[in-house]
Amino acid sequence: MIPRPFEYHAPSALPDVIALLDKYGDEAKLLAGGHSLLPMMKLRFAGPAHVIDLRKVASLKGIALEGGEIRIGAMTTENELIFSALVAEHVPLLVEAARQIADPQVRYKGTIGGDISHGDPGNDHPAVMLALDAAFVLAGAGGERVVQAADFFLGTFETAMAPGEVMTQIRIPVPGPGTGAAYAKLKRKTGDYATAAAAVVLRMKDGTCAAARIGLTNVGPTALNAHDAAQALLGTAVDEAAIAQAAAKAMAICEPAADLRGDEEYKTAMAGQMVERALRLALSRVK
Amino acid sequence: MAKTVVSFTLNGSPVDVLVEPRELLIHTLREKLATTGPHIGCDTSHCGACTVDLDGLSVKACTVLTVQCDGAEMLTIEGFAKAGALHPLQEGFSQEHGLQCGFCTPGMITRAYRLLQENPSPTEADIRFWMAGNLCRCTGYQNIVKSIQYAAAKMRGETVATSHPVLAE
Ligand SMILES: Cc1cc2nc3c(=O)[nH]c(=O)nc-3n(C[C@H](O)[C@H](O)[C@H](O)COP(=O)(O)OP(=O)(O)OC[C@H]3O[C@@H](n4cnc5c(N)ncnc54)[C@H](O)[C@@H]3O)c2cc1C
Ligand code: FES
Ligand code: FES
Repeated sequence: MIPRPFEYHAPSALPDVIALLDKYGDEAKLLAGGHSLLPMMKLRFAGPAHVIDLRKVASLKGIALEGGEIRIGAMTTENELIFSALVAEHVPLLVEAARQIADPQVRYKGTIGGDISHGDPGNDHPAVMLALDAAFVLAGAGGERVVQAADFFLGTFETAMAPGEVMTQIRIPVPGPGTGAAYAKLKRKTGDYATAAAAVVLRMKDGTCAAARIGLTNVGPTALNAHDAAQALLGTAVDEAAIAQAAAKAMAICEPAADLRGDEEYKTAMAGQMVERALRLALSRVK
Repeated sequence: MAKTVVSFTLNGSPVDVLVEPRELLIHTLREKLATTGPHIGCDTSHCGACTVDLDGLSVKACTVLTVQCDGAEMLTIEGFAKAGALHPLQEGFSQEHGLQCGFCTPGMITRAYRLLQENPSPTEADIRFWMAGNLCRCTGYQNIVKSIQYAAAKMRGETVATSHPVLAE
């Protein structure tokens, strides 16, 4: 399988990327790790006339702790996240999730920015970003803006990113004391997208839940922000009754598409199971 | 579409190739550079048979454009044996029966090489987790794990012996 012909650009500065996007409009596609885009181009589901490779843009790389946030360059790869001592210390949830994405080779190339920008409900980072209350820095001809994860995912392959914009950075507030987090993913085999998965971040204070966020993967047209499920935990000890209630509220917002991984009923039930698993695990990790 | 010259180092030798931007690395290697060790198993980024080592990363050559490799250092299975002597990984796969049909083997060895560069003493669980991007339809993986353990021990300078009952006699 060979992609349609296209012209290749590999600028080394962000302003040049933005200028090329401006010039070629919807004829152009950004290329990050290429592990969603190239398979689609090989299958001819995508056929951009211009491919703008971000690999030489050094400013899109790197991980830093700044202003109480972990700031991650959009071109940071999954394996770079997994190998990062800084991420392991401050946002271990991200390491746990990245380890469950695809397979080792894909993780050497696939980037966090690409995984989020793609807008695929099967991708794992979007739900994790919702649970972590992350924000994304988008740069375009008009300058920079910051969009919250909760406002970013609009539909399948549809995000709040405007034409001509590039995602440059992912900002994750470092979870405070009393926080526990977990990502529970059901998949059939290594390298598979989730049948259903749940990302949970819990904050406990004096034995009761003071804050909670839950994101769901691959059980709707986008990653889902299970807001009501998270609200149901507030003020509880996150005991089995509260966990069952949260899972039921999460299942109530699922609208999965039936495919070889299962029918709607099965996937919804599995989303409930993943919420329960992630909540128990997150609670056991509170510190 | 205009072709461009792409230059990189392949198994220690500089190469220049003329490619269309849409050409995938696996085709450049196999069809233009007579480097047929990397195989095409699935052509859909799943099997790892096409794995090459690109600037210190294990990548699937069916999912990389050749134009993305300008200036790169590349290693394929063709670059492993030195002066007729097998690389410890090749020796391990031979001693521990890490292959049957051999189709997956170039990708397995090239991937295992990078794994051992990053972690010279992997546990069995580490090997299984970090080799999960390479599929084998023959061996059932047990002997592949043993082959990598054999190579790891040899590369650490330890004395190694095959665990195979017949070969060991
Ligand atoms: C076998 C296989 C299994 C996989 N399994 C999983 C899995 O389990 N979970 C999972 O989450 N993913 C999975 N993936 C997808 C993989 O993680 C991709 O790498 C990821 O979805 C896209 O990241 P990328 O860097 O490769 O982006 P690309 O493929 O290069 O780009 C994807 C899209 O995002 C756009 N884009 C990329 N970067 C930016 C940016 N900085 N700003 C604006 N737009 C941008 C591109 O234009 C393109 O439209 C799998 C892929 C394969 C091949
Ligand atoms: S041929 Fe490249 S992964 Fe299978
Ligand atoms: S030895 Fe036949 S596929 Fe692995």
